Amino acid sequence: MNTAIANIKTVAKRELSAYFASPLAYVFIVIFLLLCGFFTFLLGGFFVRGQASLTMPFFFWHPWFYLFLVPAVGMRLWAEERRVGTLELLLTMPITTWQAIVGKFLASWLFLALTLALTFPVVITVNYLGHPDNGVIFCGYVGSWWMAGAYLAISCITSAMTRSQVISFIVSVVLCLCLLLAGIEPVIQFLTGWFSPTVVNAIAFCSFFTHFENFKKGILDSRDVVFFLSVIVFSLFTTAVILRGHRQG
Amino acid sequence: MIQVDHLTKFFGTKRAVDGISFSVERGEVLGFLGPNGAGKSTTMRMITGFIPPSAGRVTVGGFDVTENPIPARRLVGYLPENAPAYTDMTVAGFLNFAAEIRGLRGERKKQAIARVVELCFLESVLHQSVDTLSKGYRHRTCFAQSILHDPDVLVLDEPTDGLDPNQKHEVRGLIRRMGATKAIIFSTHILEEVDAVCSRAIIIDCGRIVANGTPAELRGKSEMAGAVTLRVNGVAASAVSARLYQIPQTKRVIVLEEKNGTVAVCVYPKPNTADGELLRAVGEAAQGWRIEQLRTEEGRLDEVFRNLTMPDTQK
Repeated sequence: MNTAIANIKTVAKRELSAYFASPLAYVFIVIFLLLCGFFTFLLGGFFVRGQASLTMPFFFWHPWFYLFLVPAVGMRLWAEERRVGTLELLLTMPITTWQAIVGKFLASWLFLALTLALTFPVVITVNYLGHPDNGVIFCGYVGSWWMAGAYLAISCITSAMTRSQVISFIVSVVLCLCLLLAGIEPVIQFLTGWFSPTVVNAIAFCSFFTHFENFKKGILDSRDVVFFLSVIVFSLFTTAVILRGHRQG
Repeated sequence: MIQVDHLTKFFGTKRAVDGISFSVERGEVLGFLGPNGAGKSTTMRMITGFIPPSAGRVTVGGFDVTENPIPARRLVGYLPENAPAYTDMTVAGFLNFAAEIRGLRGERKKQAIARVVELCFLESVLHQSVDTLSKGYRHRTCFAQSILHDPDVLVLDEPTDGLDPNQKHEVRGLIRRMGATKAIIFSTHILEEVDAVCSRAIIIDCGRIVANGTPAELRGKSEMAGAVTLRVNGVAASAVSARLYQIPQTKRVIVLEEKNGTVAVCVYPKPNTADGELLRAVGEAAQGWRIEQLRTEEGRLDEVFRNLTMPDTQK
């Protein structure tokens, strides 16, 4: 058990340092923060609302930011290893495939956590201007992080499928878009005309959007956490299957 | 240390490796020869556990590579083909990562890295990004990674590929020295390397072993092995050839060159001729001629290699 944790830590450390060794990390952080600022204060109408809350002006946009930004973080995870050939090196080291997968995933997820944490000026601003419910804000952050993890896990799958980071990015954006759209109002209404309410509910249940909703409002529902967790576990499992498939030839 | 037992690999319907069996003990350096696409890399990938075999099994130090991969992999150092390394890391960072994942920590890690940096001459590029290294340095970086934990088993896929002649010499020396205490398998296209490094060589073609023996044994398979070259002055080629054909051990006489009254011929022995017997017979037959040169040929590996691995029509 101890060696497993040590191995995961080693893999994660390498992966994290790889982010910061290239401009990717810095570009990503800067763009994410710029987008957050722009959308929150201008498009989100933070000042116009006159409410000390981040639910609408800030967290509302997160599913849409992640749609493009998280696949950009996840696309290199396996595609790059396969392209350069280091996959052969990594998977012949005395670690299991699972340890490698979890290590890499955790590294990217921590990186996303760091990026998210760097949006703290928004929290300071809202606290300076009024008296927001910081519990709700915290809950929003937790939900946002879980959702980012689910996006990331999907990107892991697409990254393992191909040597090309571009293909990985595009496929993963499309997959995430489907999972996102399944939960928004117009799509649900459209589907109601076609399927029985049970099916529509089932489809809507699979959406990231639906499960982020509660977090935004400050409700920490275990069902939502379990949902994101199962998406992550399932995706990482699929990644393992794909990686094994490649090696099988 | 390494036991390979009826190893077979299919890619789709293509049989890349076809029932290969061999073993390598500590203190042996096994050269793996074969034309491109013969199945060398596939076999090595199965030995290191990167790809699972379709049939057959590999054990390293008694551990089955498929069923008990982690202890087996601990014993193995592996240099994959094309020597991949994380391009976004420095050489020091890469070696540090490899050491940690091999379970080396603290002082032991430091010592291990210092040792391989010295062995592979990496001091000057230690803090350079792998991305910016020349091919030779990148190769040595990956090689350094494979010997970092001082493994009992080394699997090296074309370890001298892309190195300059000095570096090649250096790496061969390193392999030979390490071969005294480890079990080493390495693949190569370069036949001279077999003589320089290997204690045993296997030639594979189309996924099968076509020859397995010491370099001397392999050379013995050559038609040239045991042939005698004779160079005499002042006799006509036809006369030389006629007299040499009267030797009972002679299979064939070929005139290599006739110029300025000097004749050079090569006498091929019949099978099962004892060592030196033909040389003595030719020496006796040549009495009275002015001999300029008389020697026994050793077999040539490249000829053996060609004969074993070329389709019959192209010989």
